[in-house]
Amino acid sequence: MIRVLKRVAELLAVLFIVSLGTFWLVSKMDSDPAVTMLGEGRTEAEYAAVREDLGLNDPLLTRYWDWLSNALTGDLGKSVVPPYNGISDRIAAALPVSLELAVLGMGMALLFCIPLAMWSAYRPGGRVDRAVGAGALGVLSIPSFLAGLLIIMVLANGLGWFPRAQWTRLSDGVWDNLYHAFLPALTIALAETAMFTRILRNDLVTTLQDDFILAAKAKGMGPKHIMFSDALRPSSFSLMTLMGIGLGRLIGSTVIVEYLFALPGMGTLVIGAANAGDFVTVQGAVLVIAVMYVLTNALIDASYGYLDPRIRRAHV
Amino acid sequence: MSDLVQAPADPGAAAVPTVAEPAAPPTGTPSLLRGLLPLVAGVVALVVTLVPLRGQGWTTAAVFLLSVVLLHLGGSALGRRRWGKDFDLTTWLCAVWLAVIVLAAILAPLLPLGEEQDLSQTLDEPVMARPDPLTNHPLGTNNFGLDLLARVIYGARASLVVSIGAVLIALVVGGAIGIAAGYFRKLTDATVSILTNSLLAIPPLILLIALATVLDPTLPNIAFALSLMALPSMVRMARASTLTFVQREFVLAGKAMGATHLRLMVRELLPNVLLPLLSYGMIIVSVLIVAESSLSFLGLGIQAPEPSWGNMIAEGEGNTFEEHPHIVLVPGAAVFLTVFAFNMLGEKARKRFDPRQAKI
Repeated sequence: MIRVLKRVAELLAVLFIVSLGTFWLVSKMDSDPAVTMLGEGRTEAEYAAVREDLGLNDPLLTRYWDWLSNALTGDLGKSVVPPYNGISDRIAAALPVSLELAVLGMGMALLFCIPLAMWSAYRPGGRVDRAVGAGALGVLSIPSFLAGLLIIMVLANGLGWFPRAQWTRLSDGVWDNLYHAFLPALTIALAETAMFTRILRNDLVTTLQDDFILAAKAKGMGPKHIMFSDALRPSSFSLMTLMGIGLGRLIGSTVIVEYLFALPGMGTLVIGAANAGDFVTVQGAVLVIAVMYVLTNALIDASYGYLDPRIRRAHV
Repeated sequence: MSDLVQAPADPGAAAVPTVAEPAAPPTGTPSLLRGLLPLVAGVVALVVTLVPLRGQGWTTAAVFLLSVVLLHLGGSALGRRRWGKDFDLTTWLCAVWLAVIVLAAILAPLLPLGEEQDLSQTLDEPVMARPDPLTNHPLGTNNFGLDLLARVIYGARASLVVSIGAVLIALVVGGAIGIAAGYFRKLTDATVSILTNSLLAIPPLILLIALATVLDPTLPNIAFALSLMALPSMVRMARASTLTFVQREFVLAGKAMGATHLRLMVRELLPNVLLPLLSYGMIIVSVLIVAESSLSFLGLGIQAPEPSWGNMIAEGEGNTFEEHPHIVLVPGAAVFLTVFAFNMLGEKARKRFDPRQAKI
C-alpha cells in the first residue's frame, strides 16, 4: 500500500514538473504574443493593453497558477492567432484522429508481426529467420517521413489505389474513414511491425525450448497447433509491454504522419501552432499529450501485476 | 544415477535440434564459381547501367539495383571462401560506408564538389538533372541547380555534427548525473529519478518541436535539444551500472583508505561505467540522426538553403517527386544507409558485449 502511495506521489510530482516545464519553456519564446495577435505596426499602448489582457505582466508563477487552475477545469485558454478559438475544443477535435491512427497502426502491426515472428522463430538462424531479421532491421532504419513519402509515391500516386491527404471523420461513415486512414496507418505500422516482430520472435525462440513444447511435439501436435495454442500466449508478455508503451509513444509519433498526409490530428495542431508562434496552443497540446503519456505508462506498470502473477510477488 | 534418470530424455531432446540450438547457416565453403559468376554478372550490369542505359530513369535504377545485389552475392560468397563462413560482407560494408561518409563530411571543403547552397553560383547549371555518374553532377541537381552529391555530403556534416555532439553532451552530463545518483542514493537519487521521468513523460518528437518553437534553429541549439532527448536513458544507464559497481570491494577499499566522494566517483566508478555508456551512445546516434532529419523535414530544424538530409527530402514533398523522384530518393538513401549502418554495427557491438544476447 505504501508502495502504491509512493508511486502516486511520484506520478503527481512528474506531472507537476512536466506542466511547469512546458509552461516555463513556452513562456521563453522569443516572439511577442501581443505582436503575434495584433500584427505589426500598432501603437505601443495597444500592445501593452493586449499584454495586460493576456496577463503577461504578472510574475511567472502567478501566470502558471492561473493557467494550471484553468487547465484543471478543462479550459486551456484561447488561441492567440485567428480564429482565436478555445484550445480545449481544438484539442478535443484533433485528439480522436491521432488516437484512431495510433490504434489502427498498432492493430495492423500486430496483424503482420505474429505470422512473421512465428515463421522466423520456427527455425532460428535459418533462411527465413535471417531474411526477416535483416528486413526488420532495414525497415527500422527508414525514418517514418521517408517511409510515408515512399508509400505515397507508390500506392497513392503511382498505382492510384488510395487517396492522399484527405480525411473523413468516423461519424461520416466507418468505411470511408477506414479507407482514408489506411495509408497513414500503414506508415505507422511499418516501423512498429519491425519492432514487434523482433521482440516476439526472440520470446518465441525462448518459449519453444521449454519442456511443454517438447511434450506437445511428443504428443504429435503439428507446428501450427504448437505455435498458436501453446507457444504464443506465454511469449506475448514483452510484446504487450511494448504495445502498452507504444500506444503512448505513438500519439507523439503520429505527428510526422499527420503532417505528411495533412490529417487534422494533434501533430498538425502542434506543428501549425509552433510555426505560427501560437504559444498557448503549444502549451495546451503538449500538456495533454504528456498527461496521457504518463497516465498510460502508469496504468501499464500497474497492470503487470494482474497480467502476470509472477511479477505481483517480485516487485511493483 | 542421475545419468540413468536423464538418459531417456535425450532422444526427445535430439528430436528438436532446430529449436533448441540455433542452426548454423547452411553454407559450407562456396565454390569459386558461386562467387565469381554473380560478381562478373554484377560488373556487367554495372557497366550496362553506366553506358548503354545512361539516363533512362527507372530502368537504369532497376538494373543498377540488380547489379548491386549481384555484386553483394558474389562478394559475400568469395569472402566466405577466403575468410571462413563467419565472414559477413554486410557488416564490413556498413563499416566502410560510415568511414566514407564521415571522411567525406570532414574533408568536404577540400573535395572537388559542385555548389551546395549558394544559388547565385548555379545559374548556368542544369535544373533537376537526373543522377548520372558520368557527368559533373553524379547524383543530379535540385530545382535550383545545386549539386545533390555536394548537398548530401554537407548534409552529412550537419547531421553528424549535431547528432554526435548531442550524444557527447548527453554522455557527459547524463553520465555525471547518473553516477552521482547511483553513488549518493537517497534524496539525490529520488530527485534525479523524478526529473528524468519528467523528461521521459513528453514524447521525444513533441519535446523537440516544443523546443524548436523556443530556440533559434542553429546547430548548437539543435544539438542541445537532441541531447535532452538522449539524456534520460543515459542517466538511467549510468545509474544502473553505478549501482552494481558501488558495492564492489575496490570501492570499499578506496573508501577505507579515505578517498573523497569525488575521487571515488571519478577514479573508481567512471572507468567502469564508461564502456557500456559508449556502446549505447553508438546506437543512440542513429536515433538522433532520424530525429534531426525529421525536425529538418518539418521545417523546424536546419533551415532551407543550408543542406540537411531532412530538408532535402522536404524539397521533394508535394508533387515534385512524381516527376523527379531522385530529389527524395538520393537524400533518402543517404539517411537510410547511414542509419542502417549505425544500427547494424550497434547490434553487432551489443551482441558481443552483452552475453545474454549472444545466443539468440
